[in-house]
Amino acid sequence: MNFELTEERQMLQDTLRRFLRDRYDVPTRNAILESESGMSSDIWNQIAELGVLGALFTEEDGGFGGKGFDIAVVFEELGRAGVVEPILETCILGGGLIAALGNETQKALLESIIGGETRLALAHGEPRARYDLNRVETRCDAGKLNGHKSMSLGAPNAEHIIISARESGAVDDNDGISLFLVPASALDLRSTPMMGGGMAADIWLEDLSVADDMRLGPKGAALPYLESAYAAAITATCAQTLGAMETATRLTTEYLQTRKQFGRPIGTFQALAHRLADMLVELEQARSAVIGVAGYLEADPKLRDKHVSMAKNLMGRIGRQIAEESIQMHGGIAMTQEFELAHIAKRIIMADHFFGDVDHHLERFIGLSAA
Amino acid sequence: MDLSYTNEELAFQNEVRTFLSEKLPTAMSEKVRLGKGLSKDDIEEWHSILNERGWLAQNWPSEFGGAEWDAVQRHIFEEESSLANAPRIVPFGLAMLAPVLQKFGSQEQCDYWLPRILSGEDWWCQGYSEPGAGSDLASLKTRAVREGDHYIVNGQKTWTTLGQHANMIFCLVRTNTEVKNQEGISFLLIDMDTPGIEVRPIILLDGTHEVNEVWFTDVKVPVENLVGEEDKGWTYAKYLLTHERANIAGVGSSNAGLEAVKRMAKAEMACGKPLAENPHFAARVAQVEIDLMAMSLSNLRIISKAAKGGAPGLEASMLKISGTVIRQEINDLARRAAGMYALPFASEAVEGSNQPELGPEHSRPVAEQYFNNRKISIFGGSNEVQREIIAKTTLGRMQ
Repeated sequence: MNFELTEERQMLQDTLRRFLRDRYDVPTRNAILESESGMSSDIWNQIAELGVLGALFTEEDGGFGGKGFDIAVVFEELGRAGVVEPILETCILGGGLIAALGNETQKALLESIIGGETRLALAHGEPRARYDLNRVETRCDAGKLNGHKSMSLGAPNAEHIIISARESGAVDDNDGISLFLVPASALDLRSTPMMGGGMAADIWLEDLSVADDMRLGPKGAALPYLESAYAAAITATCAQTLGAMETATRLTTEYLQTRKQFGRPIGTFQALAHRLADMLVELEQARSAVIGVAGYLEADPKLRDKHVSMAKNLMGRIGRQIAEESIQMHGGIAMTQEFELAHIAKRIIMADHFFGDVDHHLERFIGLSAA
Repeated sequence: MDLSYTNEELAFQNEVRTFLSEKLPTAMSEKVRLGKGLSKDDIEEWHSILNERGWLAQNWPSEFGGAEWDAVQRHIFEEESSLANAPRIVPFGLAMLAPVLQKFGSQEQCDYWLPRILSGEDWWCQGYSEPGAGSDLASLKTRAVREGDHYIVNGQKTWTTLGQHANMIFCLVRTNTEVKNQEGISFLLIDMDTPGIEVRPIILLDGTHEVNEVWFTDVKVPVENLVGEEDKGWTYAKYLLTHERANIAGVGSSNAGLEAVKRMAKAEMACGKPLAENPHFAARVAQVEIDLMAMSLSNLRIISKAAKGGAPGLEASMLKISGTVIRQEINDLARRAAGMYALPFASEAVEGSNQPELGPEHSRPVAEQYFNNRKISIFGGSNEVQREIIAKTTLGRMQ
């Protein structure tokens, strides 16, 4: 057993942490949040130049990592700094699916993803599907897509969007779902900024023609690949939330040490000190959950998914505690938009709405645990 | 014991219902129902509708033009207003300053200021908190120095709710630095148009502008704007805070919030069935409803005691805690119920965010409300301060 990072991953962590500390400070991030695109191309290019995007792909796909622990290391740092650029959407979901399913032409995109030239998004969710991966009402019949995709994360800044559609079966059949790689310019996107930063879009498909060579992977058999991509995305989200929780805890610790009321630092009040201690206890639980899901990401899907749902449920619960307690112990100052904690707390809470919330993963875990 | 309203109270409830159905503008109740912000005009319009009916100054004595409602009547009005999605009455002039003037102000002050509050001529805001004086309010530093017929005020107030609409502010200021914190504070009425006052917006984490910083630089305030005696302001401030705590439990808004969650859960789908039929979610809703039912009865017990002239003591602190915990739990349920459509953020602070609103109408305000209502366990004496009051009163001063 060994819980140490490899030397390469340690270096990656140090580099990325230093870069974000220097170049992604709070005023920079606030300016990005208020910009129309909700992201910085400048930051994107620099992150690509550092090799961070390459760390999210295996060697055979042109990267130098791509394992669960690579994902965890990168996203923990991104979360610590509250980074809102669509790296998860591009590399883990979009890039991950192309790496797993793409033909040679499609795989050629990976190089430009790793180089920072191309961004991707996945449009799988639908208004009535909630968090179920198998529920797809969007149809592909005779080469035409019809349906409504909801909250496609990162879509407004993507050049290509992977769209799921059903080619056969009932709306909740496991079989029959296909993926199509479509240029974003061909799509009717309605974009919105998100509460925790970043952008998403709803996409309406009306008789959108897709050629056979736009299909990504085998016809009607996308579900297991979507499950794998979501497992990796949940790993990334959990690591990101862990990083954000570390920041929230650090800010709260500093505040309890420096904020004075009644003539003394408020951290000397036991009622607050013990709550900080509870936050630290839970933070260690969260760290273990992230290590667990990262470590089993390449395992057999049954074992993997048990850890996936365990981690996502736990991060949702602990995230709520840490975000809410951090705000409460800061008082009014944490309620202000420009204060660092506000953004961090929003990212922690809103992560519960990505890829299945606390309740969804509790129910999924019950099924996996009983099996 | 009898848990039902008297015949008179039932008749009053009917009267309130009729009034709301006839007089509450639909456009306004729609805004409230959808969690949209109300403009200054909306609020002034609603105040004037209530004033016309004589229901604006609910707890004022009749000699000042008040309705003189008892605690039960106020509770009934609050409950019906929430269910009808009526805007809340902005309390600063009506429910906070007015009782202080009526008890401690001069006849001239009452005669001058109270009618202006009723007519809407003055919009008051509250100058209490400072950056360094939150839970420890008595440590406030905004200084007022007497010079002839004026006080010269210097300092900064913060978290001034709706200060951007106000033309008047009532302030706690330090007039004596030689004595204990609580003993050197005075209560001043300040015209916001006086030179030297600057209001700076604070944007909250949900993108709303509801609070402000108010800066004072050599602001001249006539001495007749002192309420009561110099250096006795803390007594008045504490008296005001007991009024701030009226309706502290927020039963009405929790009931309305829970109903909204239930409606959402019927419309939202999970695994091909309405979310309301998901046992896990249903259990969460039931749990909150159980807590809310008990809290409503606690609230009624205190109201009934207050209507008979008893002063709420520790119970007010207790209700503040359970009321805010329940309200925040309901906000959390609404956020969960919305699923992915809790994600969009239509902030006025974000450029170009007049994008089309995505997702069902009911999901739009839920994330904003969840974050915005983190404030309710912080303001008006944080829940930690309330626990301290409960514990100290019960345990006594131990050495």
